[in-house]
Amino acid sequence: MVDYELSPDIAATRDQLHMLAEHAMRPIARDFDEREHEKPWDFINMMWQLSKNSGIGPGASKDKKEHAVESERNLRTVVAVEELSWGDAGLYLAMPGPGLGGAAVMAAGTPDQKERFLSRFKGEKPVWSAMAISEPGCGSDSASIQATAVRDGDHWILNGTKIFCTSGLMAGDPKQSNGFIVVWATVDRTAGRAGIKSFIVDAGTPGMTVAKCEDKLGIRVSDTATLIFEDCRIPFDQILGSPEVPKTSEGFKGVMATFDATRPIVAASALGVGRAALDFVREELKRQGIPLRYGTATHKLTVIERDFMDMEAGLQAARLLTWRAAWMMDRGQKNNLEASMAKAKAGLVVTQVTQKAVEMLGPLGYSRDLLLEKWMRDAKINDIFEGTQQINMMIIARRILGYSSKELS
Amino acid sequence: MVNFELDEDQRLIRDTVVSFARDEIRPHAREADEKGFAPPGLLQKGWELGLVQGVIPEEYGGFGNAHSAITGAVVAEELAYGDLSIAMHLLAPRLVTVPVLEFGSVALKQAVLPRFCGERFEAASAAVMEPRMDFDALTPATVLKREGDDYTLSGEKCLVPLGSDARHFLVIASLANGMGNAYPQALLIDRETPGLTVGDRERNMGLKALATTRVSFDGCKIPREHLLDGGERSVSRLANLWRVALASMAVGVARAAYDYARDYAKDRRAFGQAIAQKQAIAFMLAEMAMEVDAMRLLIWEAAWKLDRGEDATREAHLAKRYASEMALKITDNAVQVLGGHGYIRDHLVELFLRNARGFAMFEGLAIA
Repeated sequence: MVDYELSPDIAATRDQLHMLAEHAMRPIARDFDEREHEKPWDFINMMWQLSKNSGIGPGASKDKKEHAVESERNLRTVVAVEELSWGDAGLYLAMPGPGLGGAAVMAAGTPDQKERFLSRFKGEKPVWSAMAISEPGCGSDSASIQATAVRDGDHWILNGTKIFCTSGLMAGDPKQSNGFIVVWATVDRTAGRAGIKSFIVDAGTPGMTVAKCEDKLGIRVSDTATLIFEDCRIPFDQILGSPEVPKTSEGFKGVMATFDATRPIVAASALGVGRAALDFVREELKRQGIPLRYGTATHKLTVIERDFMDMEAGLQAARLLTWRAAWMMDRGQKNNLEASMAKAKAGLVVTQVTQKAVEMLGPLGYSRDLLLEKWMRDAKINDIFEGTQQINMMIIARRILGYSSKELS
Repeated sequence: MVNFELDEDQRLIRDTVVSFARDEIRPHAREADEKGFAPPGLLQKGWELGLVQGVIPEEYGGFGNAHSAITGAVVAEELAYGDLSIAMHLLAPRLVTVPVLEFGSVALKQAVLPRFCGERFEAASAAVMEPRMDFDALTPATVLKREGDDYTLSGEKCLVPLGSDARHFLVIASLANGMGNAYPQALLIDRETPGLTVGDRERNMGLKALATTRVSFDGCKIPREHLLDGGERSVSRLANLWRVALASMAVGVARAAYDYARDYAKDRRAFGQAIAQKQAIAFMLAEMAMEVDAMRLLIWEAAWKLDRGEDATREAHLAKRYASEMALKITDNAVQVLGGHGYIRDHLVELFLRNARGFAMFEGLAIA
C-alpha cells in the first residue's frame, strides 16, 4: 500500500532535530565557516551529551530507539541527516560518532572488534571514527590503491598516503579523541581488487601521522585530513574481514556494498542544504509579496515562479529517490542501483538549486551576510564525495545495461 | 509509514494492463499512427479489461471497485507505455464517469453511469482546452451564464478526444458569481443539445491515432442538474486528477522511449563495441532510467494525497510540470541515441517524441 507519510516516531525525531538545527547550528554556521580549522567544541560536547541522553543524532545509542532500529532504521537516518544538514552540513559532518569508520566495523567486524571499537562511542568524551580510501593517485578508482599492508607475525605493517579523509583529524589524532580510522590497503598488488582489505588503526598509533587538513570551498568546519603511514604497525586482528586473498573480486564487492548504505545518507545531507536554500527563497518571496501560483498555466507564471517550482520539484524528486533507497534497505532489498540514483540526483539537484538561489537573491545572494552563498559552496561536495555524480551514473548505467566494469568503463 | 509498494489488487491490475499494452497495443502503435485510428477490435478488447466499468458502483451496473488515483496512475502509465493515442482512447470514457462518480447528483449518476457498463465500448469525452495561445484551463473563455433555473453555455473548445463519437462531454467553463468574479465550473453536456457543433477532425503533430475535434457551444441550454457539485473545489480536484493521469502517461511514453533506446544501444555496434558501452550513450540511458523513477515517485505522491481526499494542487502541478519536461527530454534523447535511424519512421522513437511534446500543454485529456 503506497504511503508517503513518515511514521509518527520518525516525524517526532525530525521535529526535534529541526529545533536543534535552528537553534544550535544555524547561529554558529557562519562563524565556523569563516574560522576554518577551528573546532566548535561547545556544539560537539553538547551533541555528544544529547545523543547519549536522548537517543537523537547519528551517534545515538541504538537501544534507545529499539523499535525504529528494527523496521525503519535507514529511513530514520536519512530523515535525521536531512534535518541536521538543513541546520548546517559542515557541522553535521563534524559531529562526533561512529561515522563511516564505525559503519564499516558494524558491517564487517567480528563480535570482538565490534565490542572493542564501537563501545568507545558510549564513553564520556566525544569520539570520532573515519574512513581512509582516497590516495593522491586514486579516488573513485579505489581498486588502484597503492597503500600496502604487509603481514609481520602478529602484526600488519601499513605504508602509504591517504587523502580526503573526512574527520581524519578528529579520529586519528589522539589529542582530539580516542578514535580510530578504517584504512584501505592492498595485501597483494598483483591481485587487484581482490587484494584490497580494510584495517582498523587506533588514534595515535606510531607510524600514522595526520599531515595536514585541507582548505576547502565549503563544509569548512569539517576537517578533511591527509594521513601518512610509515611502517605503521597494528595488531593482526585489526583487519576487517578475512586476510585471505580470494580468486575472485567478490570480497571487494562486499566492501563496495558499504556505499549502498552511505550514498543515501550523503544524498540526504545534500537535501538538507538544498532545502535550506529553498526555504530561504520561499520566505523571501513571501516577504516581497511574490505569490507561487500552483495550478496556473505555465505561460502565466513568472520566471521566478517557474525557477522556484523547478527547484522544488527537483528537490522533492531527489528526496523521494533517497527515501526509496533507504526504504529498500530497511526491507532487506538490494539497493545498489537505487542508492546511486539517489546520490547522483541529489548531488546534482542541490548544486543547481543552491546556485539558482544565489542568483535569485541577486547581490544579497552573493553577500556573505546571508548564508545562501555558503550553502552553494557546501552543497557542491555532495556532487563529489562518496562517489562523484559521474561515478554514480556509471554504476546506474552498468546496472541497467547488465554490463560489468570491464564492459563499461 | 512510508511505503512505495502497490498493494496486491493494484499489482494484479498492473500486471493485466502490462501484458495488454505489450502484447496487444504496442504491435499496433505504428500502424494506428499512420492510419489515424486504432483497430476497433483492439479497442473493444481494451474495453473488456474493465478499466472504465471497474470503478462504477454495482448499483449502476459496474464492478464496484473503489476509485483510486494511484491505481489510475498505474493504469495510465502502463497503457501509455503501449501507445499514448490508444491509451487516451481507451480511458476517454473515464473523463465523464469519474467526474460524475465524484461530483454528480444521484439523478445524474443514474442517468449516465449505467451506459458505461455495457458490453460495447462507450465513447465519452472532455472539452477542456481552447484554441488560444493564452489558454488557462481554470480561467476558460467558454462561459456559462445563469438564466432562471438553468444555464446557457457558449464558447469553443479544441483537442476534444473522440468528439465525433462521444455521447457525453465534460466541459469546464467560467461561471460568473454575480459579484464581478468568475470561477471555473464543471458540467456535463449531451451531444444532442441544440447549439453544440462538432467540428472536423483536427490534424495534430502527435496523438495521430486519436480522433480529436473542435467543439463549439452556441447558447447551449444546460439544466441545473448537469452542473457538477462543489464548484471551484470540484474543478480543482478534477484538474489534479487529470494532471496525475497525464503525468503518468508522460512516464509511460518516456519509459517506452528509454526501453527502446536501451535495447537499440546494446545491439548497435560501432568501433568494435556496442554503442551502449560508450559513456556518452550509457550516461544518457542512465539519466533516463533515473528520471523515469523520479517522475513516477513525484506523481504517486500527488495521487496518494488525492486518495486521502486532501488538496494536492501543489504536488500535482509540480509532478505534471516535471514529468512533461522530462518526457520531452527523454524521448528527444532516445531519438538521439538511435541517430539517423531515430529520425526514420521505421523506428518508434520519433512517434514517442511527437507524442511527448504535447504534455506541457495538454489539459483534461485523461483522468486518473
